[in-house]
Amino acid sequence: MNNKFINGDDAVAEGVRLARPHVISAYPITPQTITVERLSEFVEDKSLDSIYMHVESEHSALACAIGVSSVGARAFTATSSQGLLYMAENLPYASGARLPIVMMNANRALATPWNIYGDQMDSMFLLNSGWIQVYVEDAQEALDMMIQAYRIAEDKNVMTPMMVNLDGFVLTHTYELVDIPSQELVDSFLPPITMPNNSMSIENPKSLCISAGNDFNMEFKIKQENDMKNSISTIEQIDKEFEKVFGRGYNGMLEEYMTKDADAILITTGSITGTTRIVVDNMRKIGKKVGLIKLRYLRPFPDEYIRKAVENIKSVGIIDKNISFGYEGTIFTNVNSALVHLEKTPNMHNFIGGLGGRDITKQNLEDAFNSLLLSANGEKQDRIMYMNVRCQND
Amino acid sequence: MNKPKLKKWKEPINISNYPLGATCESNHLVSINAGWRTYRPVINQDKCVKCLRCFLVCPDGVIDKSKELLEIDYDYCKGCGVCAYECKFDAIDMVKEEK
Ligand code: SF4
Ligand code: SF4
Repeated sequence: MNNKFINGDDAVAEGVRLARPHVISAYPITPQTITVERLSEFVEDKSLDSIYMHVESEHSALACAIGVSSVGARAFTATSSQGLLYMAENLPYASGARLPIVMMNANRALATPWNIYGDQMDSMFLLNSGWIQVYVEDAQEALDMMIQAYRIAEDKNVMTPMMVNLDGFVLTHTYELVDIPSQELVDSFLPPITMPNNSMSIENPKSLCISAGNDFNMEFKIKQENDMKNSISTIEQIDKEFEKVFGRGYNGMLEEYMTKDADAILITTGSITGTTRIVVDNMRKIGKKVGLIKLRYLRPFPDEYIRKAVENIKSVGIIDKNISFGYEGTIFTNVNSALVHLEKTPNMHNFIGGLGGRDITKQNLEDAFNSLLLSANGEKQDRIMYMNVRCQND
Repeated sequence: MNKPKLKKWKEPINISNYPLGATCESNHLVSINAGWRTYRPVINQDKCVKCLRCFLVCPDGVIDKSKELLEIDYDYCKGCGVCAYECKFDAIDMVKEEK
């Protein structure tokens, strides 16, 4: 065991070092900055044998990664917030070309009003970009997912870029004891990259990012959709294998915590899961039947697992650190759509909170659970509730 | 003429047989593409001094210089007229296509 007291950004950098990308192309942006600073230091001190490309923008950062991946090399990039949106044009190029690029995104609020703190508006924007999206709970999971991400993205049945999301500041800048696995162990788990036939070389020239007219375009997209959906089994199998090798796993697509006999549960993504676990423990001690589902992947979306996990639960709350303006929280929409196949759907409630880095406290979570328990008891509760708001929402 | 050969594209029967990603082998031409041409450039070989200006400026790279005389690949020339405009020797005429 090699434990280090590091923050989430450091943990990502350590994970990336162990995954040995050939090229790192990134532009610094708070709260991702520490990650790319560390990586450039690793390249400088030769503890990582990679090329570090100093690019002038996020758009170029991903464009470089696309070039790197197109010749069959392992690419890494990292961004956050407006930087991710600046990259946005290139995201579907990477996913459509089926290039297994791995990106770290430090979840951060979007303009405007602008700030640098954490919410999840940025990655929700790109839910339709064709990238696999995973959300991690702590720094250890962040490190581990960098290693898993390359295995998943580069799997010949998946061949899809992957975005590893960690909450700005709460994870990126908070220090934890993190186990850094040995290079030998990581090498045994993550072999060198091999591309099926969508990369090129001097001997094997290719036309990249070709166009396909209205006669054939749609079939390419359906194939992409099929492969993304089928990647669920690969993601689970790789997580299981990871657990065997490293002694810790993450339950694949989602983790259920105290859900079996629960009347009310919250569905969480990312760092708020940790706080919610504690609230569940505390409320269980006083006999309240509450639980949680830690939703790890938003794309591919584990609809079947969600259905199974909630079918006997009376009321379900979804925490969304985002709003899809004009409707509701994005995860809420996605979960609801998964449940229409159930004979009897639970009472569904959306808790929107944490926007622009607003705290979601233990008390806020306890209030949410109490509201869900009331709902389970047949007392009407609002469909959408905001957490920790300063004033009346008239 | 030194041009890529047309390769017949066999349409997949199943989605899974489609190529992985929007990447294909280079020089893989599946159809000719010149249907939108209104005027065709015709090189007047008596005037042409083979300065290769047209060869360099043709946006579609369809002027071939591998033989004694320059040749235009009418399967892919889009009829833009850049070559005729740029020729300093007035050696290219734009001739109305007759259908
Ligand atoms: S530019 Fe005119 S003279 Fe020069 S090679 Fe072309 S046709 Fe001939
Ligand atoms: S008309 Fe245009 S496309 Fe055709 S040969 Fe001349 S420059 Fe090229």
